[in-house]
Amino acid sequence: MADLVSHPDEVKVVSRRFGLGATNIDRHLELDGYKAVQKALAMEPDAIINEVKNSGLRGRGGAGFSTGMKWSFVPKQSAKPKYVLCNGDESEPGTCKDRLIFEHDPHSVIEGVMIAALAVGAQSGYIYIRGEYRYLSIIMQKAIADAYAKGFCGKNIFGSGRTLDIYWHGGAGAYEVGEESALMESLEGKRGIPRIRPPFPAVVGLWGGPTVINNAETLASVPHIMLGGAEWFAKMGTPKNGGTRLFCLSGNIAKPGVYELPMGYNLKKMIYEVGGGIPNGRKLKAVVPGGASCPCLTADEVDVAMDFDSVAKAGSMLGSGGVVVVDDAQCIVKFALRTMKFYQHESCGWCIPCREGTDWLKKTLVRFHNGGGMKKDIDNMQYLAENMLGRTFCPLGDAAAMPTIAFVKKFRKEFEDHLDGRPCPFEKAGAAELAFAH
Amino acid sequence: MKFSDEFETRFAKMVTNYPTRRSALVPTLLFAQDEVGYLSDEVVAELASRLDVTVLEVHNVISYYSMLTTKPRGKFNVQVCTNISCLVRGGEELLHHCAKKLGVGNKQTTPDGTFTLEEVECIGACSWAPAVQVNYDFHENLTTEKMDRILDEYKRKATQ
Repeated sequence: MADLVSHPDEVKVVSRRFGLGATNIDRHLELDGYKAVQKALAMEPDAIINEVKNSGLRGRGGAGFSTGMKWSFVPKQSAKPKYVLCNGDESEPGTCKDRLIFEHDPHSVIEGVMIAALAVGAQSGYIYIRGEYRYLSIIMQKAIADAYAKGFCGKNIFGSGRTLDIYWHGGAGAYEVGEESALMESLEGKRGIPRIRPPFPAVVGLWGGPTVINNAETLASVPHIMLGGAEWFAKMGTPKNGGTRLFCLSGNIAKPGVYELPMGYNLKKMIYEVGGGIPNGRKLKAVVPGGASCPCLTADEVDVAMDFDSVAKAGSMLGSGGVVVVDDAQCIVKFALRTMKFYQHESCGWCIPCREGTDWLKKTLVRFHNGGGMKKDIDNMQYLAENMLGRTFCPLGDAAAMPTIAFVKKFRKEFEDHLDGRPCPFEKAGAAELAFAH
Repeated sequence: MKFSDEFETRFAKMVTNYPTRRSALVPTLLFAQDEVGYLSDEVVAELASRLDVTVLEVHNVISYYSMLTTKPRGKFNVQVCTNISCLVRGGEELLHHCAKKLGVGNKQTTPDGTFTLEEVECIGACSWAPAVQVNYDFHENLTTEKMDRILDEYKRKATQ
């Protein structure tokens, strides 16, 4: 069970019921649970979609696409059944927020899935949780069973005459499955190889039916929007970036933890005030602002508002909310190598730029970090990464390339310091023994 | 082949959750692995026939997912995360420490069959790094001393 933290600047919306025993359905009901879905049942589907659109809610998985807009792409009429799929395959390094939602407020996810289903006219919703989160799968399955027992799910929900089934589904270890078309393949019992688009899932998704796929945090936000209103939610954030966000502070920071802060909260303040700054008398070197796939920001670049558009303007991405803080005792070449080792491991091998690109970059970085680097490797790594961009089947190739380009561009001197057979200037004594790790 | 009643109850329900039986494959493989210890030829053949897919297709799926294995593992699978958030808080040192203490390398099992050591990718414990999962249990905010106590505790459990 993960520890909870708090800070006075937090605005608790999605985390409102954390630590209050809301996994228990009766306790959840005392805390306004399942009121939003009843409100939605009395609304026209388009009115639900408009409410979510107007709230400025954008996908919390990383892409930041307007949730209401995504729902509006689902055709009204469909010969095949429509589906809602909750993406709880949280695996972006640096991200541990959906875990807390499942642990403390699983019913908010169920309710979010139900509202999405009402909005698009689906009768089934699936909640996909990564395989490593076994204890959360148990919590979720119990929550679903409790919701059925109360008559909230299944046939004739809340006496409305409507049928809405909610199911749990589990993964078995694969980062790439977090990509929405790969997620559908996985749910269909296959390797998580991404599908070519178009057609987009909203038109041809699970088992060929129109499908809405949203991140768990996105869906958990929806009931609060329905109850508090679009305007209330939108106002908490910055223009076009409604609401709050669960930021996962990790790395070299005094008070790591998951904090819910308004969209647009200043990153520098987040690190030094909310997170308590850099411990052990060290200085900030870099921050990965939104999970491993986001280009790092240097210590001079952290005075930025944490919303999708401002972070994009600063040359990175808000991503999945995983803020990884790196101090000046860390080696960026090593950090880049560990990042690439991850993408190389997770690449499915379906398309060549990603399969070969991640492998070459990893091999080069391993050799480079071990003192076998050549000057031309530095430019070659950047060139190789730049040539992966936009040339892969799914965003995994971009996710591997983007951080690499930033590491090389922004920390070129650190790469150069590894040249001519010099040992890594940051390596601690005895660290060479760790070589088996690669 | 025979699975537990709990498995059978869950399986019977799961296959009704989807329009195609095959959709139950990934979670079912993991549940079967939890019971048997690994995905033996017998388990693969059984699930292939139950879910109307070929043995080859099942193997295809198994090889994609990192948690699924066709080789037996130790009783306790010690999965040390060394991804970025853990890396900067001593994840690699922790992995090295476990390797030394257990006397095995990555993806190797101790001769008594108690422990398998595995370096894993992000397990979603970033704000509580460095972190380790032993089977499904999370152990977080670790130091080498804490890790020693945890491994000793599992060792004790194994001999009970």
